[in-house]
Amino acid sequence: MDGSGLPQFIATGITQGAIYALVAVGFNLVYSATGIINFAQGEFVMLGGMFAVTCYSMLHLPLALAVVLPIAAVMLVGAGVHYFTIRPLRRAHLLTLIMVTVGVSVALRGLAKVVWGADAYPLPPFSAGESLSLAGANINPQSLWVMACAAATGAALTLFLRCTLQGRAMVACALNRRAAQLVGIRVERMHMWAFALAGGVGAIAGSVLAPIALPSYDVGLALALKGFCAAVLGGIGSNAGALLGGVLVGLLESLGAGYVSSGYKDAFAFFVLLLVLLLRPSGLLNVPTRREER
Amino acid sequence: MLPDGHSLLRLQSVRVAYDGVEALKGISLHVNEGEIVALVGANGAGKSTTLNAISGILPLRAGEMEFLGQSLVGRRPDEIVALGITQVPEGRQVFSEMTVLDNLRMGAYLRLRRRDRAGVREDLERILAMFPLLDERRRQPAGTLSGGEQQMLAVGRALMARPRLLLLDEPTIGLAPQVAHQILETIARLREQGTTILLVEQNVLASLRVADRGYVLETGRVVLEGPSEELLRNRDVQRAYLGKDYEEV
Ligand SMILES: Nc1ncnc2c1ncn2[C@@H]1O[C@H](COP(=O)(O)OP(=O)(O)OP(=O)(O)O)[C@@H](O)[C@H]1O
Ligand SMILES: [Mg+2]
Repeated sequence: MDGSGLPQFIATGITQGAIYALVAVGFNLVYSATGIINFAQGEFVMLGGMFAVTCYSMLHLPLALAVVLPIAAVMLVGAGVHYFTIRPLRRAHLLTLIMVTVGVSVALRGLAKVVWGADAYPLPPFSAGESLSLAGANINPQSLWVMACAAATGAALTLFLRCTLQGRAMVACALNRRAAQLVGIRVERMHMWAFALAGGVGAIAGSVLAPIALPSYDVGLALALKGFCAAVLGGIGSNAGALLGGVLVGLLESLGAGYVSSGYKDAFAFFVLLLVLLLRPSGLLNVPTRREER
Repeated sequence: MLPDGHSLLRLQSVRVAYDGVEALKGISLHVNEGEIVALVGANGAGKSTTLNAISGILPLRAGEMEFLGQSLVGRRPDEIVALGITQVPEGRQVFSEMTVLDNLRMGAYLRLRRRDRAGVREDLERILAMFPLLDERRRQPAGTLSGGEQQMLAVGRALMARPRLLLLDEPTIGLAPQVAHQILETIARLREQGTTILLVEQNVLASLRVADRGYVLETGRVVLEGPSEELLRNRDVQRAYLGKDYEEV
């Protein structure tokens, strides 16, 4: 954050917003398939970052490998979370399951603290190079990586859910679980895949963010809350909405910190979330709210 | 029609319980190839429970179920569909935010996984031709269809799996008489095309009229069974179920 003034605030806001968007995309994925808001999504991001720095600084793997391996690892974590906590409770109420994800998030955070301690670890930027100067703002290459990853992941998942058989089946599970079972979809297995993919998306966010903000065991909570704001702003379930919502939250935060007070940085996002929930609960893009009894 | 010993579907003393409370207390029934069999009874008699047990959604507490000579007990719902039994559930249960086309495609989920694309495309056109109302609305979200149209969609979706046995749970409930009539005609037409049907209905008169045979369920037990004409003539059936129906239809 070398530059100052409006252009720099905007650039910083968009970068940060792209991360929130990635978290929101993870929320959307689990929600689209299961109806659950997975509050462990922030921990998936944290784990992605921690695995990446571990692979890089401790195991001395090449950077590319250190970024890709965590994706598979956190996918496994996601599948495990489903298998060991959500699946055994599949007959429970949706709210119960959401509370379970809160518990999982606390547990993963605690586990991470035991494994990695309270230190933060660095990861080098994905590509070297000078910062880009654009209209008075300095945009470093890693910011571009963040934005590209957010856009690409959002687009890829949207394509997957809209255009592929398994993607449609995943959506079908959330729209009507009974009907999905009756056409031969293995609902539990689909849910597991949704959690696994959400883990993968979280890992992407975690490792692309690591060079900008050093990961430590406790970064998940704030990311989950901001990402949740972004998802709700955009209308939960919509990935285009998640991108928009993420960038909005990021911008608000950065502009609020720049012009009002950095002490209230987090409050701005939540204030807007409250406004949206009150005035337009279906989100800015007006996605119809949907849930049926399970 | 196969002789009785070779029924397509056979249930023997099937018991099913919800949280320890038995809803089916030993149901035995069979469906022969090419038949329409009606399963009638009052609210809570256990009709839907029977269909869900067959579909593998509810576990059996005791008893035996066979389809084409293979046991169905302990099989997953997707395995049951793959064997050739598809259910049209109570209350239609279409995927309301998916288009009509997507709903129909989801019906062929297992076939599409086996990459039977050509066959699925063919069936899609056949089913849309069978339900012209759906064809007109093929790109419309299923939730925007009328009740009758949704019921047709639910039947169409089930047919996309190419079932040998179709389980229909109250397909005419809540529909205007003409629409209900249309649905029952469709059912008769399906049978002519070779689909065997187990039809659950509260509309006893109408369902016994399209069915070859019927079973009357009462609180989890079969209390009467026989050819439809016999049941329609039966005094108990007339008193219990047909009194009102006679005036309505
Ligand atoms: N999910 C459930 N949990 C507990 N009990 C249930 C459940 N579903 C059904 N029952 C009970 O099982 C019995 C049979 O229900 P079922 O739904 O099979 O009846 P039905 O014949 O289909 O009735 P209807 O004509 O109203 O659809 C009823 O006493 C009902 O209360
Ligand atoms: Mg019923």
